[in-house]
Amino acid sequence: MKQRPAADISDLPTFGHGARSPTWWGTLGFMALEGTGFALAAGAYLYLATLWPSWRLSAPEPNHWPGTIVTILLIVSLVPNHILHRYAERCAMLPVRIGMIVMSLFGIAPLVVRWFEFPALNIYWDTNAYGSMLWVLLGLHTTHLITDVGDTIVLTVLMFTRHGYSGRRFGDVGDNVFYWDFVVLTWIPIYLLIYWMPRLG
Amino acid sequence: MSSADITGDRDISKPDTASKGDIAPERDGPRDTGMDDARLHRWLERTWRTPPGIVGALSSVDHKVIARRYLITAFVFLCLGGLNAIAMRIQLSGPQRGLIGPDLYNQLFTMHGVTMMFLFAVPIVQATGIYLVPLMVGTRNIAFPRLNAFGYWIYVSGGVFAWVSFALNMAPDVGWFAYVPLSGPEFAPGKRADVWAQMITYTEVSSLAVAVATIVTVFKQRAPGMSLDKIPLYVWAMLVTSFVVVFAMPAVMITSTFLILDRLVGTHIFNPAEGGDVLLFQHLFWFFGHPEVYIIFLPATGMVSSIIPVFARRPTFGHLGLVLSLVAVGFLSFGLWVHHMFATGLPKLGASFFTASSMMIAIPNGVQIFCWLATLWDGRPVVRTPLLFVFGFFFIFVIGGLTGVMLASVPLDLQVHDTYFVVAHFHYVLIGGSVFPLLGAAYFWFPKISGRMMSERLGRWHFWLAFIGFNATFFPMHLVGLWGMPRRVYTYPAELGWGNINLFISAGAVLFFLSFVLFIFNLAHGALKGAPAGNNPWNAGTLEWATSSPPPSYNFARIPIATHVEPLWAEREALPVATGLRVDARELLISTVAEAHPDIREKSAAPSIWPLLAAISVGATFVYSIFTPWAVVWGAAPIAITLIGWFWPKGDPEDEE
Amino acid sequence: MKRPVSMAFATAGALLLQGCAGWQSVLDPKGPAASEQAWLIWFFTGLCAVVWVLVMIALAAPLMMRSRAQAEPLAIDAGAEGRKLRVVLTAVAVTAAILIGLTLLSFFANRTLAAIGSDASLTIRVTGHQWWWEVRYEDATPSRILTTANEIHIPAGEPVRLLLTSTDVIHSFWIPSLSGKLDLIPGHINVLDIKADKPGVYRGQCAEFCGAQHANMGTFIIAEPRAKFDAWWNDQLQPAVAPAGDEAKAGEDLFLRRPCVMCHRIGGTPAGGTVAPDLTHIASRKTLAAGTLTMSRGNLAAWIADPQGVKPGSHMPVVDLDGDELNAIVAYLEGLK
Repeated sequence: MKQRPAADISDLPTFGHGARSPTWWGTLGFMALEGTGFALAAGAYLYLATLWPSWRLSAPEPNHWPGTIVTILLIVSLVPNHILHRYAERCAMLPVRIGMIVMSLFGIAPLVVRWFEFPALNIYWDTNAYGSMLWVLLGLHTTHLITDVGDTIVLTVLMFTRHGYSGRRFGDVGDNVFYWDFVVLTWIPIYLLIYWMPRLG
Repeated sequence: MSSADITGDRDISKPDTASKGDIAPERDGPRDTGMDDARLHRWLERTWRTPPGIVGALSSVDHKVIARRYLITAFVFLCLGGLNAIAMRIQLSGPQRGLIGPDLYNQLFTMHGVTMMFLFAVPIVQATGIYLVPLMVGTRNIAFPRLNAFGYWIYVSGGVFAWVSFALNMAPDVGWFAYVPLSGPEFAPGKRADVWAQMITYTEVSSLAVAVATIVTVFKQRAPGMSLDKIPLYVWAMLVTSFVVVFAMPAVMITSTFLILDRLVGTHIFNPAEGGDVLLFQHLFWFFGHPEVYIIFLPATGMVSSIIPVFARRPTFGHLGLVLSLVAVGFLSFGLWVHHMFATGLPKLGASFFTASSMMIAIPNGVQIFCWLATLWDGRPVVRTPLLFVFGFFFIFVIGGLTGVMLASVPLDLQVHDTYFVVAHFHYVLIGGSVFPLLGAAYFWFPKISGRMMSERLGRWHFWLAFIGFNATFFPMHLVGLWGMPRRVYTYPAELGWGNINLFISAGAVLFFLSFVLFIFNLAHGALKGAPAGNNPWNAGTLEWATSSPPPSYNFARIPIATHVEPLWAEREALPVATGLRVDARELLISTVAEAHPDIREKSAAPSIWPLLAAISVGATFVYSIFTPWAVVWGAAPIAITLIGWFWPKGDPEDEE
Repeated sequence: MKRPVSMAFATAGALLLQGCAGWQSVLDPKGPAASEQAWLIWFFTGLCAVVWVLVMIALAAPLMMRSRAQAEPLAIDAGAEGRKLRVVLTAVAVTAAILIGLTLLSFFANRTLAAIGSDASLTIRVTGHQWWWEVRYEDATPSRILTTANEIHIPAGEPVRLLLTSTDVIHSFWIPSLSGKLDLIPGHINVLDIKADKPGVYRGQCAEFCGAQHANMGTFIIAEPRAKFDAWWNDQLQPAVAPAGDEAKAGEDLFLRRPCVMCHRIGGTPAGGTVAPDLTHIASRKTLAAGTLTMSRGNLAAWIADPQGVKPGSHMPVVDLDGDELNAIVAYLEGLK
């Protein structure tokens, strides 16, 4: 078929931040499907919880302190996360490098505390369905946390190489910030379900 | 339309503020502007081709190459699933036949369901989308091409895993739905149910990957000018389908994960003795399982919407109505799952709600049917094989839709649920609603994919054989279901009088199977000896017909501009194109979501072997996890390494920026 | 070997059952629930057939048209489009009206079904097992509680309440000529009310896939006049009759010394197993192994000698018996009327 040049796109930029970039949409897509997974797991928990007159099924209450510390760490981490985002949008290398290191540490810290969360549940996964659901929810979020922290660390290393001086990399930092918000956001309902819902009944 | 119209009022000439800062200056390369066609072809071919050699082939990220592999693999699984069915039909051809015992029969029908649903139907509709969507929206490759390649490898390994299990006599034998407690630790010893669970988990990883890639392709890579109202209906269908995948597939992954946890590490999620519940499994499974039907059906509606206007020689009637129907069906498909569970004794009021919602989904589907009929009403259409299959689709699918309305009624469903009536119903829906359009689509797009036409004469023979074979097989199943024959029985007593009708059904099944043999012959004949097709053999209007058949690795020499929902009908003289992309790097055009204004020149990923390696490590982890939960820990290292290898920049031109 | 044997049994079974076993058909209703449902099926089918024919006419019509589809695809006649839009909207409105009507219809039919058992005086607990049905007649007097298997006697013309549950996997109880199906789910108890209008034998079978022998998990509802039913219940409450004759006596001894007692109960003897069907009055039943074989001396022998040939995968183990021992046990069981 014959062609007729009708538009010139040669001056377009070669990367964009946020919703302009396909990667951002891809990240959003993965958040949507992971979020659906979390919502369904939480739904399964609530389904079982409402099936029995007393949820917890006569198990001892979980100790919420390690979970609460993780929650505080995650919420506090949002501040450096968003500062990092601003610098990433400006493509400022030094603050971005510092920010990535800070965020890697803010990723590792809750994972360390998470180690103490499992015993603090005061029940094993194979005791009863209540114990199973607690471990499943905590396990799902831990997997989520580990993968994102791994991703953050790899990106941090990348930002210290020559590959870091690229618009697309700064865009990746922005998407990493975006994803971390999601990791924090999914934790809040899970935290409430694991530690506070069993105290209701 | 001028370039000013396309770029609109957006100031694209000024570099974005974001591009300041600590980034290396952009290295520029030759652009396609003003380049003559032969030179342009040489440049683009060198940049976009799949590398030579075996490693090159395994590294391919070309959506067409991946899609072809997907199509062929899915078709192989269709044939295997069909052979399962033939084996079952031989066993059922008479009462008390002793050819196949219950142990094998239960594996056969489970493998038939699993293969057809997870290894054939979903992959083939997604594969068709992988091939066509980037061409129809006028871009050079699918978004996240490596993820797309990874999806294919994961899918193949899942399918091979399932069929190797079958060969080793350890295929799942608990039905494709694998209800607990039958599939639970107590009643399904051995590894068969674990095979089901892990195979589901990883074929769904592949579906999800493809769905995300499709959504982003449609959102961000449309040709300039292809605003929402100019997106072809097939692309809309794939977009809605991908959204349904994103929200439905996690449910089955959660289900299979819970099941494997119950089986392998002793959780009690589905164990009623320890506070779990068996119906939870069904809720989770059908929350996925009902949308699954629409995941298979919606892309087929897109195919029908592509075929009808070409042979009716006019744009589809009620374009907006069809788009809204697709979206409505996508939403409603999540509100019907309980109609698979009417016989579980749920509260009556809740059940009535699901009757209403199940009835209501017939309205948007009705809108689609009426709009297609109205499209055909402008004059005698050109009846070619693709349209014949669309007619077959109407004949069969409408019956399936109407029996679906019957099943939505609780009191009626309680009689026919889990009988052959339901078997008849969903084969009318799935084969009529999806396979017939797919066969039509095969005849319709084969010239594009292969550059050659399939035989029209054989096509007609194929159609009539398939049509008669299908109806002979499945129509009598309605009757035998009403006569009381339940599903999933490996034999039945003679005195119930189901023998003759089952013999008839089995004969029909053989006929239906033969139609596929004829189809394979026609495919081979077309590929080897078919008449050359040219760019646009049907004189169709969408962008995939603007390029050569088969399309070059880079799809379009220059990015087309869409000025109409059927751009090739609107621009008879010459296709308006956008120029200015680099030809020495895999540059493609990113546009805005709603208006499709050109926004960014972004690099598409280069070929890479890492997606294959990542798929192997993920697959090995899944298989190993059947034997020990520690597999997840051991598998984490290779998975992490391959993923880092995948994402780490290699210094290709594609990695700049 | 196995195949001809089971074929022979099946043929014999077919001849014997032809007389008594009902047609297992939804379209041959014998009770109020199934009648309502059959009516509903016919009504829906009729309406759907009309809709389908209309769609097919609409599809075929353009093929009959004189004028060919236009060569210029974008030349659309606005007036014709407007008329089409009105037709399509009308069709959509009619579709919606039909669907609302059908929703209401099925809602009211559901209420009719729910009302059937409101005054049921007899409650029977049916527990699903792989692959047979445990049937327990509930009664306020503990001594009148009766446990039997696979065949459910009910008084004709009276509503009966069935409590459905399972101790292993999910099964589904379905007697097509009397009522729709309802699942037997471990951890749940479902209530199904049934009523047979007239005396008769109504066959059904498990309708939820439950493993290897899902196909051979039949059941019968035997509706009898009230007096006959009461007499049957009283008979069944009696302990097993003492074996008559030496062979049967030897059979009883064998039965009690062999693994049979681990699973089966025979009232009035030390055999007290509860994981398999109660055999106290086994010879009074019409079939063996949940509707798989008709009750006869030959079939009893075949079932005991080769349970895995008759019903592969079933939980009935092969007990090593020589010919005389087998004959003795069969003679004993055959006497348990």
